[in-house]
Amino acid sequence: MFVLIVGCGRVGSAIAHSMLAEGNEVSVLDEDPEAIALLDRGQSEGWEERGGRFTVGTALEIDALLAAGIDQADAFVASTDGDNTNLVVAQIAKRRFDVDRVVVRVLDPHRARWYAQQGLQTVCPTQTAIELLEAAVRGQIRFEGVSG
Amino acid sequence: MYVLIVGAGKVGWNLTRELIAKGHEVTVLESDPTRYAVVEEELEHSVQYGDGSELWVLERAGIERADLVIAVTGDDEDNILISQVAREKYGVERVVARCNNPRNLHHFELLGVKPAISATDLILRLIEHEVPNHGLVHLLDLPEERLEIIELEVAPDSEAAGKQVKDLGLPEGSLVISILRDDGGFVPTGESVVQPGDEVLVVLDVGIEDRVTERFTGTVAPTA
Repeated sequence: MFVLIVGCGRVGSAIAHSMLAEGNEVSVLDEDPEAIALLDRGQSEGWEERGGRFTVGTALEIDALLAAGIDQADAFVASTDGDNTNLVVAQIAKRRFDVDRVVVRVLDPHRARWYAQQGLQTVCPTQTAIELLEAAVRGQIRFEGVSG
Repeated sequence: MYVLIVGAGKVGWNLTRELIAKGHEVTVLESDPTRYAVVEEELEHSVQYGDGSELWVLERAGIERADLVIAVTGDDEDNILISQVAREKYGVERVVARCNNPRNLHHFELLGVKPAISATDLILRLIEHEVPNHGLVHLLDLPEERLEIIELEVAPDSEAAGKQVKDLGLPEGSLVISILRDDGGFVPTGESVVQPGDEVLVVLDVGIEDRVTERFTGTVAPTA
């Protein structure tokens, strides 16, 4: 499958790595040309040499989305550092480009919940952290440091 | 009327001031603390500090009872989201959004945010009006009604010059609604004569612009 990831920070770059390693076609869009460093880090070969794609541009630019291959994307990940940007670009991917699987990171639990009710697949790291931490406080689960 | 404005930049601040002067109840939200402090000096309790894209900030400002929400931050994503949430979550009937980058206008449209107002686009149209490129100016587009109003200059060697309006041979779906001449404009009848140098306003169905324009432009000899 073809995966397009918008926003190449810690989250976006990590997803890009694992998707590429699993044999998918992966394209990453970020407004910062230096962000490709996160994709190269710890690898003997560069991101593009390993077959990954990287495009510089902002999330709302249709030309940038097209250059990154949005019209062929089977899956779309919105993982920039802005909730509003993610929510808008995810809706563009869904409504305008008809991408099958759209997932969007939203840090604010309230907005994440409401947009989920509207049919967007939102993932809210804040909410996940709250639930895990609460469970840990109650002694229901126990971490040996960082999970995963 | 209760008006909620998001963003106390130049636009938001002035809008707040004007709407209060007209007797409306207004709250404006500002997320930058320095800006908030400046605006608060004048507007006092009418300005609230907070990020207007956060639902609880909107709720605290009473979005549920707002008759009108105006999203005028400097960020198009924020304006889109605020408008979307205002209408779809809180059932606000009237929402006006500012579009900072005219290239983003179609995002507003796609996500059902309208009207979206782009100052850049408005100024561009004014420039086009003052400095027409091809003798044709788009004055107004009504996409939902599939109509547009254009302004054309009548070339001396055109088909239309010297003819009565009823003999112009305009395609069906177009109508001359006004003729502008040195001494002012008037609404023509079928007998009014179109003179070279006149500017005519035509209302027409989308898509037949070329067939209307060709009646008014000169017969350009093909360049050798």
